[in-house]
Amino acid sequence: MAAKRTLELALATPGLDAEGRPARIPLVADASAGEPDLRTDHMLINIGPQHPATHGVLRLVVELDGEVVVRVIPHIGYLHSGFEKLGEYRHYNQIIPLTDRTDYLSAPANNVAFALAAERLMGIEITPRCTVLRVIACELSRIISHLVWAGTTAIDIGAFTVFLWMFQERERAYNLIEAWTGARLTTSLTRVGGLMADVPDGWAERLREWCVRFPKTLDEVDRMLLRNGIWLGRTQDVGVMSAADAIAYSLSGPMLRASGVAFDVRKDQPYLGYETYDFEVPVGERGDVYDRYLVRMEEMRQSVRILLQALDRLPDGPINVNDPRVILPPKRSAMSDMESMIHHFKQIMEGVPAPVGEVYFPVENPKGELGTYLVSDGSAKPVRWRIRPPSFLNIAALPKMAEGHLLSDLIAINASVDIVMGEIDR
Amino acid sequence: MTPNPSVATLRARFGASVVRSAVVLGDTIVVVAADRSHEILAWLRDDPDERYDYLVDVTAVEYRDRELPLEVVYQLRSLPRNACLRVKIALAKDADLVVDSVVDLWPGANWLEREVWDMFGVRFRGHPDLRRLLMWETYDEGHPLRKDFPLRGRFSRSEQVRRALGADLRAHYSLEELSIAEAAAALPADLRARLAAAPPTDPR
Repeated sequence: MAAKRTLELALATPGLDAEGRPARIPLVADASAGEPDLRTDHMLINIGPQHPATHGVLRLVVELDGEVVVRVIPHIGYLHSGFEKLGEYRHYNQIIPLTDRTDYLSAPANNVAFALAAERLMGIEITPRCTVLRVIACELSRIISHLVWAGTTAIDIGAFTVFLWMFQERERAYNLIEAWTGARLTTSLTRVGGLMADVPDGWAERLREWCVRFPKTLDEVDRMLLRNGIWLGRTQDVGVMSAADAIAYSLSGPMLRASGVAFDVRKDQPYLGYETYDFEVPVGERGDVYDRYLVRMEEMRQSVRILLQALDRLPDGPINVNDPRVILPPKRSAMSDMESMIHHFKQIMEGVPAPVGEVYFPVENPKGELGTYLVSDGSAKPVRWRIRPPSFLNIAALPKMAEGHLLSDLIAINASVDIVMGEIDR
Repeated sequence: MTPNPSVATLRARFGASVVRSAVVLGDTIVVVAADRSHEILAWLRDDPDERYDYLVDVTAVEYRDRELPLEVVYQLRSLPRNACLRVKIALAKDADLVVDSVVDLWPGANWLEREVWDMFGVRFRGHPDLRRLLMWETYDEGHPLRKDFPLRGRFSRSEQVRRALGADLRAHYSLEELSIAEAAAALPADLRARLAAAPPTDPR
């Protein structure tokens, strides 16, 4: 049994002995020792698709040898809505509400991802204020998504308090999103060439207040979990993915970085001017559930850093490009001015045609690399709108991570992946 | 914008198997012949100067123009070189839609290829478990992302409801899973036949 790892902290730790092991908590799951040798048949159990531990309508068919998972066969598709097919029948701006419903825990980031891809396809350069506001939207959704992840993962592993604390902060963040967009989950924030709305008066100050107060909750949660013997026992060396495996299985986002691969689209293929922000990319060492927790907690702190920098530099000016081909005219002129009315009519009825071409635009979403692959034949509707879904590829590696572990570890591993079924099934 | 240098080395090494290349909006696209695609992708992954070790995505595109072929698209990325390459295979629609699977190169391709089979009907030769992924195994309306598939499905809504209500719930397990519980033998013969027929493991 390897010694438990602990983190260097300023506080003394009464729960640890001299070698840094949790002193009073002999919670060691050793599947091989002390088991009576009962030669029994393997068991087939079905978890889900409606099960609180599967985070949506994921269904796992598990073959068990006693309590040890021999095989996991995930079944997906229960939330399949055919978004990609629908997108082929929609104008580019009409697709944005569909992106809300893919990863519904970080809808603003999805909206931004799609708008960026469509803008590259059409050759549109967005305004400086829009760029910074989109960064704010992306980082706020990263925090919200990670908060949900931390809360639900903790509740799966048995820590209820964390769930309440995280969801309280999430509600405060959603109040900000709601004040901006009018919606909490289905924000439809962006438009091709700009945003649906500018932030209301005083919003930046509210966000700044929240950014200052919110990291205290992270510190409190860290104090609950970081050296908690039950948490360590349930997460360390559970669901390990090596760096080579993580690359081979095309993991992305926190899952890839927890395995020690420092790839972050924001750093390596920057968009929205991320190269001008000062932030770190946290990387794990072992690729277990514990490292995924550490990486996501640190990502939230880094997102707060980015948010504060974005607020400092938020420029004045328009949020939409000055291009009547793609941006709807103001309501007042559409109702009173002939030319604006024609633009309004043509955009609504015919859409905005994109030139022939194709683009793959990756962004770093909370769950991982969200790629938008758009193929245009010159019409106002894409020939192909493909979402490269990060949750889909991350959960595809679940059998690799969970096989050989205990059934209870399967729940922890599944939780650590951070899936959202809207994106997996699309 | 200059094309990715991989294109020149690919042409030098594989000659006519590199059908054409293009730079579109800054991304380099290479179209390769289907019969050597696996060899080319393996070389791109393993060659010390290329090292496209990360498979970003596998998908397919069917154009509205019926004359254009269906394309299978691989998005590759080299993490050490931080470079990207898009490799395509063009498949004539009147021939068999078959390409070689790359699951042996990138295990992450497993579900991606299953999705392409499910949605487009492209078969992947050598895939270990080519079953439908998003649709259920006994779904028989075809492949939804094909352009000849109507937006609302081939069957009427009432027919879809009738089939859903009449479905045998055991069809929600694969034959492999039923064999764990030794339940496959108890299936009605027609359902067993349909489950067995669902994934053509070797299309040739």
